[in-house]
Amino acid sequence: MPNMYQQGDYQTARTLETFGFLPKFSQEEVLEQVAYIIAQGWTPAIEHEHPSQAFNHYWTMWKLPFFGEQDIHRVMEELEACHRAYPDHHVRLIGYDNYTQSQGLSFVVYEGRQ
Amino acid sequence: MATKTYDAGVKEYREMYWTPDYVPLDTDILACFKCTGQPGVPREEVAAAVAAESSTGTWSTVWSELLTDLEYYKGRAYRIEDVPGDPESFYAFVAYPIDLFEEGSIVNVLTSLVGNVFGFKALRHLRLEDIRFPLVYIKTCMGPPNGIQVERDRLNKYGRPLLGCTIKPKLGLSAKNYGRAVYECLRGGLDFTKDDENVNSQPFMRWQNRFEFVAEAVMKAEQETGERKGHYLNVTAPDPEQMYERAEFAKELGMPIIMHDFLTAGFTANTGLARWCRKNGMLLHIHRAMHAVIDRHPKHGIHFRVLAKCLRLSGGDHLHTGTVVGKLEGDRASTLGYVDQLRESFVPEDRSRGVFFDQDWGSMPGVFAVASGGIHVWHMPALVTIFGDDSVLQFGGGTQGHPWGNAAGAAANRIALEACIKARNQGRDIEREGKEILTEAARYSPELQAAMETWKEIKFEFETVDKLDVA
Repeated sequence: MPNMYQQGDYQTARTLETFGFLPKFSQEEVLEQVAYIIAQGWTPAIEHEHPSQAFNHYWTMWKLPFFGEQDIHRVMEELEACHRAYPDHHVRLIGYDNYTQSQGLSFVVYEGRQ
Repeated sequence: MATKTYDAGVKEYREMYWTPDYVPLDTDILACFKCTGQPGVPREEVAAAVAAESSTGTWSTVWSELLTDLEYYKGRAYRIEDVPGDPESFYAFVAYPIDLFEEGSIVNVLTSLVGNVFGFKALRHLRLEDIRFPLVYIKTCMGPPNGIQVERDRLNKYGRPLLGCTIKPKLGLSAKNYGRAVYECLRGGLDFTKDDENVNSQPFMRWQNRFEFVAEAVMKAEQETGERKGHYLNVTAPDPEQMYERAEFAKELGMPIIMHDFLTAGFTANTGLARWCRKNGMLLHIHRAMHAVIDRHPKHGIHFRVLAKCLRLSGGDHLHTGTVVGKLEGDRASTLGYVDQLRESFVPEDRSRGVFFDQDWGSMPGVFAVASGGIHVWHMPALVTIFGDDSVLQFGGGTQGHPWGNAAGAAANRIALEACIKARNQGRDIEREGKEILTEAARYSPELQAAMETWKEIKFEFETVDKLDVA
């Protein structure tokens, strides 16, 4: 047991669910997760929302889900386009799994300026 | 048939209940029993006795049998198989016509199948290994109040297992101190905390006081982290009236989830509570205290895969399943066998996993498998591989034993989990590369580094055992 005064002080973090505890992903790391979503047969989709409303279940959709999309770079371009259009919003990437009727993956790619 | 005449006396069971030519119907409930008879009793007689005593039979012929068509209602032993590596026991397969059972009543099924027959003198041991529930019966049961997909949507948790922690010490804390431990775990990054199974309403912490402090802890953690949180409030009570009273109060406080000990409280209580949860939009966590009394002996009792199937039908959104890690390969296969029964819509027969029948679950919602007990950050790669996303990884000492306390311990758990999920999605073999993945993640997390340091001795032991598991 270390000296009690050498312990770290854990500060509560405001996080956005899955991958919220990892350092911000590089473009390459986002690309890998997009590739995973497509490889699972899931449908990529993008949503965005102002940070003050982030706790709500529904965020605003960016266009429709990209049904049948196989090109990971197209998805990356859409993520960027959404971020440019709403720079102060959170932008999250979703993989819709129509078999489980759930989301196979969902994580925030861009955090809105607060 | 009117041609039968009454012939008083004792008949051998096999004359009526051993029917090797019988082809089971799709609507039959099928059971596989592991039988160990008394020396000298023929297998067919033992199997037939099990079929008879668990269905229509009694030891002596009675005249009133002739007022019904017992050929229609009787259970039938239709197959006998050797038990690999065990010459004194054998498997008996029995088919029961569906009209023997009340619709939607696991209580009724178990009272028949594992009722008086287990005390039968011609048997030394008897173990119920598996039950095949026909889809027509499954459709009469409500099952999980919500299911995996609904719970994910409610709590906004996608693409990963959920993380929980059982609050320790399990007994003796005051409600306010207990709520403190809950708050610390949740603000640190866990999704859930949990009452221990024997936390009900003891003199040191009455349930109402606990519920109120815990609710404040859950809501404060939600506000500060921006994530959805819950605490399994144990509503197990001395009687159903008090159980419902506690459940109602949890709902009034705005809590998302309650818990129940399904075996000690019983299936009637559990099925009723599951129904209440469906009606009231509450999630239901199920603990399995007492299961080892029933399922641990290899030749007597009920295998846990049967209890797991019964729970899915009776109703629950989470069920404890054990952790696998640190145990033997056989346990891994067997655990995966009943984890499938909780989550899948169809599970094919697979003897290598102890699954004796094809099981069609139809549209019955799935149950989260809860891996709980003795786990810590070094186990994370193995747990994610074994249990996949639709599980709750439930820590105890592995969160609260962190040298900086619960919040840092929780953060270490969460970072280790997310690092494993990220790596798995990248296509890495996380069980083999577990050490590198965790070490990389610890470079930006002093909390994880401290956790890995604290439990590194146990890690060594774990890695050795895990290699045996994969070999």
